[in-house]
Amino acid sequence: MKGVSALVGALVTVVVVLGAWTVATAAGVSALVLPPLGSVAAAFVTLVRAPVTWAQVGVTATEIVGGFGIALVAGIVVGVALGRLRWLEQAARPALVAFQVIPKVALVPIFVLWFGFGPTSKIVLAALLAFLPITMNVLLGVRSVEPGHRDVLRQLGASRRQVLRSLDLPTAAPAVLTGAETAIVFAVIGAVIGEFLGGSQGLGHVVVVAMNSLDTPRMFAAIVLLALLGITLHGMVAGARRVLVPWHTSA
Amino acid sequence: MTAVHHVKAHAVHVAGVGHDHRRRRGPVTTALDGVDLTIAAGEFVAVVGRSGCGKSTLLRILAGLLEPTRGTVEVTGGADHVGMVFQEPNLFPWYSVRDNVALPLRLSGMDTARRRARADALCRDVGLAGFEDAAPGELSGGMRQRAALARALIRDPAILLMDEPFGALDALTRDEMVTDLADLHAAAGATVVFVTHSIPEAVQLADRVVLLTPRPGRVHAVVDVPLPRPRRDTTEPAFQDVVRQVRDALGAADS
Repeated sequence: MKGVSALVGALVTVVVVLGAWTVATAAGVSALVLPPLGSVAAAFVTLVRAPVTWAQVGVTATEIVGGFGIALVAGIVVGVALGRLRWLEQAARPALVAFQVIPKVALVPIFVLWFGFGPTSKIVLAALLAFLPITMNVLLGVRSVEPGHRDVLRQLGASRRQVLRSLDLPTAAPAVLTGAETAIVFAVIGAVIGEFLGGSQGLGHVVVVAMNSLDTPRMFAAIVLLALLGITLHGMVAGARRVLVPWHTSA
Repeated sequence: MTAVHHVKAHAVHVAGVGHDHRRRRGPVTTALDGVDLTIAAGEFVAVVGRSGCGKSTLLRILAGLLEPTRGTVEVTGGADHVGMVFQEPNLFPWYSVRDNVALPLRLSGMDTARRRARADALCRDVGLAGFEDAAPGELSGGMRQRAALARALIRDPAILLMDEPFGALDALTRDEMVTDLADLHAAAGATVVFVTHSIPEAVQLADRVVLLTPRPGRVHAVVDVPLPRPRRDTTEPAFQDVVRQVRDALGAADS
C-alpha cells in the first residue's frame, strides 16, 4: 500500500508540473524560452532516432563511469588508510578541507590544458567530484566498527584477514555504498560540466550546440536524455546497495 | 559437596593479578590489584561487585583480551578452550543467526556442512529452533543473548566466561535465562566464570561467589553456596540466607 501511494504521489507531481508547463506555453510564453511540450517531445523523438545521439550518450556514459570507477577505487584506498591511521588523517585534514571548499569546476581550464579537449579531462573532473563523498564515507565506515564486534573476533583468535573479511568490510559496506550513491550524481555533474566548457563530444556538447543555435526544443530533449542517463546510473548504484547490504536499515 | 572442587584439577589460576588503566591524560587508575583466584574444573564461580570494581577487567584478562599489568594468569587448555558471552550480544547483523553461531567454527576452517549441523544443534539447545535463518535484528533481546551463548558454546569450551550477560534484559526474560543457563551448565559441566551485579542471580547459579571491592579492585570475600540444585525457588529461607550473607559481606566492604 505504501508503494502504491508513493506512486500516486509521484504521478500527481508529474501531472502538475506538465500541466503548469502546458498552461504557461498556452498563455503565450515565448517558445524560445519555454517550448510547448509537443515540440520538445518531437525533438526528443528525432534525437533518440539519430544513431549519432547514441554515440554521444556512449561518450558521456564512459566519462561518468570512468570517473566514478577511478573515484571508487581511490576513495576506498584513501578512506581505509585515513580511517585506520589517525596520524595520517590529522596530517591530511587541512588538505581535505581545502579540497572540499575549492570550486572544482574552476579547475576545468587547467584540466583541458593538461588532458586536452577529449574525454580524459571530463573523466578527471568526474573522478575529482566523486572522490570526496566516497572517501569521507569510507573513512566513517571504517571508523564505525563496534568495539564489541572486534572483541568477539579477538577472543576467537581471528587473523587480520579474517577480521577484515568478517568485520571491517561488512561494517564499511553500507557507508561505501552511501558514498557511491552521492558520488555517481557528482560524476554526472562533472562529466556534463566538462563537456559544456570544453569539448566536441557528449550529451553536454549536444545541449550547448542546441543552445547556440537557439534550438530550444532540442536543448530540452537533450537535457531529458541526460536526466534519464543520470537516473539510470543512480538506480544501478542504489540497486547494488540493496543487493550487497540487505541487512542494513538504510538499504 | 563443597570440598569437591578443591580436589579436582583447576581450570583457572590467577595469582597477584593487577591492572592499571593508563589514559592519555590524567592519572593512572588501578582497576585491579593483588587478585588471587583458583577455579576448579567444572566449577561455577560468580564474580559480584559494584560498577567499577574491576570485575569486567578481570574477565577480559581471563579471556586474553587484556594483558594484566602484574601477576600471572593460567587458563588450562589455552584460549581455544574459552568461550565468552559479552554484556551485549555482539551478533554480526550481516550474518544469519546460524552463521553467527557457527562463526567460531568458520574461523577455525571447518567445512560448511559440518558447522551448519553443529550450529543448528546448538540453536536447538539454547531454545532458538526455527530461528536459524532469521537476521539478528529480528530477534528479541533475550533471544539475541541466547544466540550469543550458542556461539560461545559451539567450540565445546572447557571454560565459559560471561560478562553480565543478562544485565540488559528485562526481569522476566532474565529469570528464564538464569534457569536455562543453570540447566545447560548441569548438562555440559563446563567451568563458568560469571560476572554480575545481581546477588540473587549469583546465588542461584554459582558454587562460589567472589566479592570484589573497588578502587583498587580486590577480592574482598569468597562465599560458598552450599545449596542443592536445581535452585528454582529463590524465596526459600536457605536461599535468602545465602543472599543475606553475600549482601552483608559486600556491606562490610563499604563501611
